[in-house]
Amino acid sequence: MTFELKRPQIKKPLAKLPFPLRAPSTPLSVEPLPADENTGANYDTEWARSPGARAFRGALTTAVMKPAMTMLASPTVKGLDRLDSLDGPAIFAANHHSHLDTPLLITTIPEPWRSELVVGGAADYFFSSRAKGAVAALTLAAFPVERDSTGRKTVDLAAEMLDEGWSILIYPEGGRSPDGWGQPFRRGAAYLSKRCDVPVVPIHVEGTGRILRKGRKLPNPSTSKITFGAPVKANEGERTASLSERLEASVAELADEATTDWWTARQRAHAGTTPPMHGPNAGAWRRVWALDQDRRNKPKRTWPRL
Amino acid sequence: MASQPKRAPRPGLVLDVDRSTPPVLFHHGEGFRLEKLPPERSRIIYPAEPLPGLADPDGAIRDALANPTGDSEPLHALLFAGMKLTIAFDDISLPLPSMQKPDIRQRIIEAVLDLAAAAGVDDVHLIAALALHRRMTEPELRHAVGDRVYDAFAPQGSLYNHDAEDPDGMVILGQTPHGEDVQISKRAAESDLVVYVNINIVSMDGGWKSTATGLSGYQALKHHHNPETMRNTKSMMDKDNSELHRSNWRQGKVLKDSDLKIFQIETTINNNTFGHDGPMSVLQKREWEWSPRDRASFLAMQTGLKAMSGRARRNVFQSWKAPYEMTSVQAGEVEAVHDKTIENVYKQHLVPVEGQTDIMTMGLPYICPYNVNSIMNPILVMCLGLGYFFNMYKGRPLVREGGVLIMSHPTPWEFHPVHHPSYIDFFEQVLTETKDPSEMSEKYEKQFAEDEWYRHLYRTSYAYHGVHPFYMWYWGAHALEHLGQVIIVGGDTRSVRRLGFRPASTLNDALEMATDVVGPQPTITHYHNPPILMADVT
Repeated sequence: MTFELKRPQIKKPLAKLPFPLRAPSTPLSVEPLPADENTGANYDTEWARSPGARAFRGALTTAVMKPAMTMLASPTVKGLDRLDSLDGPAIFAANHHSHLDTPLLITTIPEPWRSELVVGGAADYFFSSRAKGAVAALTLAAFPVERDSTGRKTVDLAAEMLDEGWSILIYPEGGRSPDGWGQPFRRGAAYLSKRCDVPVVPIHVEGTGRILRKGRKLPNPSTSKITFGAPVKANEGERTASLSERLEASVAELADEATTDWWTARQRAHAGTTPPMHGPNAGAWRRVWALDQDRRNKPKRTWPRL
Repeated sequence: MASQPKRAPRPGLVLDVDRSTPPVLFHHGEGFRLEKLPPERSRIIYPAEPLPGLADPDGAIRDALANPTGDSEPLHALLFAGMKLTIAFDDISLPLPSMQKPDIRQRIIEAVLDLAAAAGVDDVHLIAALALHRRMTEPELRHAVGDRVYDAFAPQGSLYNHDAEDPDGMVILGQTPHGEDVQISKRAAESDLVVYVNINIVSMDGGWKSTATGLSGYQALKHHHNPETMRNTKSMMDKDNSELHRSNWRQGKVLKDSDLKIFQIETTINNNTFGHDGPMSVLQKREWEWSPRDRASFLAMQTGLKAMSGRARRNVFQSWKAPYEMTSVQAGEVEAVHDKTIENVYKQHLVPVEGQTDIMTMGLPYICPYNVNSIMNPILVMCLGLGYFFNMYKGRPLVREGGVLIMSHPTPWEFHPVHHPSYIDFFEQVLTETKDPSEMSEKYEKQFAEDEWYRHLYRTSYAYHGVHPFYMWYWGAHALEHLGQVIIVGGDTRSVRRLGFRPASTLNDALEMATDVVGPQPTITHYHNPPILMADVT
């Protein structure tokens, strides 16, 4: 007797509907239309920075986002005192695990930066259609950032906004972590910092990956920790690559600080033994295994049984 | 001004149908069908996207009047105090559908009248050059020439519809060497200058067809609106291969050689029939490019139309005003002007196509030149399909000789009693006896053309001339001779059979039926129109 193994098929319920209920397929011999000019990196977000849109966003942040984040992520915020010396616009650069990172940071970054904050969003994801772009721009003050290359348009727009006094929240990793470990930083944040002579505030976000990691649709409420680092600026003659490395190291030190304590993290930073954010160079399962190691080793109960 | 897409308009396209090709849109009267064509042996001809309109149409008109084409003086130099000026303009059959205000005719007529006023011209008549078409109603005239012009001229009786049956209003100016009478409005003939204002929606329009046909009558029209001429008109959209145009041009030469001075103003429009955005815009997009919004508006349109009565559907469609834009304007001597016009029309319409096909499919829309604000009766269905759409070619017909034409239209047994009275009798008396254009011409044409009741209705009501249904049938004479079979999908069976065609419930049935004539595995070409396209078949 032989058994036939059937390949599991992903069900696409809409695919069975007749056109025009489902999207049309493109004939093989034709070039698909170029993307809508008001989508992707070309999406014009200026309207979302108008007073009306800002007022709407302010109300949304206070009335909806903040309670929702408290409920889902119970954030613990540390290091805000490091921003005391910060004056004027800044670039906030954070590691990225989850879609929750942005609302969490928007509700965490203090005034006066919060009300004048724009968020870099992937042009190919958040601005793939005008409707998505409009929602992202209105609710998150997002502006499109090209992930594949640092396009002149993105950089010019970001620089223009910094010059106008807006602060920028950006994820130098370029996207959410696929497996919970950090990804190498791209140089966009450092370049902007140098070009506009604006400090970069490193931020480490911990815990949001557990709540809503990439690929999940529904959040699993848990705790999170946000640690702000001291603003970083390019030294005299420092190159962008070097500044970017310093920024990445700062975030890694904050990660260390979040999982240990400030003193241990400082010691390891000076000794050059800060644990890297991008995990071991190993196969996928071993990376996942290593990621969860700390938790497995932790005693489940830290208080005595009565 | 209508909104423009941000990218440059794309030329027409011949798409080879493959398995990924989505169902294709067929117009179906006041509705639509989506049909899947057999892959690997079907192709679809799509029209070019609308060309950009002139940025300053009024400026372009003034410029054309001041800098005429061909052997003509500028318009202002032809105007003088005390002269008789007649301005004739195209009737309700152009453009299709009617265009959004301001109509091109209004723009031009106002520009001409400005110059006439400056020259001190008092005796001005404006005539809707409708030949044997129905008279235009006041709202239709107002739409065409604008309220300012209408209110200034209509109350004095100097803005009116042409009357080709007015015994005191028509004159014979002579005969062509071929013995064709040249008849024209007496007012035009007695004028010091006739200014003709044209809108060219297809290449058939304009040239000497404007004055020699539009201001003419049965006595002249019968020389080219007949089965023999139409059979040798291959096609009526290609002036150089059209016997119809040759005859018109001969008549034009007689006009030219007479004392009649004509200043021709011709315009071309783009094919922005349904708009770049808005509820109907989906109809001029290629199916695989339908966005979610397009699909939603199409579905909403289909659902809404199904819920409506036939009359309500008709009213909805007939109320649509196309956002056409003027792409060129040229004025001056008739033939030189027309050559330029044709060049500009072809820029928008021509789509190169290689080779003929066994089966040609087409969806017929709700409108043709003769049912504006009216009903598309079965004879007009035949005329639109076999007369107009079949003839939208240059070179060779899209379908091979002996091939099959499949049209999609409900073809209701319905006639507008005011607009088409002679059509009803034609359908009942003539078509029950013969479908042969020559036979009906010999046996019945004169009787209908000279019928006093039809004549009365044409002159005083809003009826097409008694002979008009014959002309509609002759319009399809070339196709009738060329084709092996005509099938109508989704049409009223009795009407379709009365026309001499075969009814089919579905496109698949029709394709199956067609194999009896053209053999198995035939090639199929779908003519995706409107917006208008013209196939340049090599």
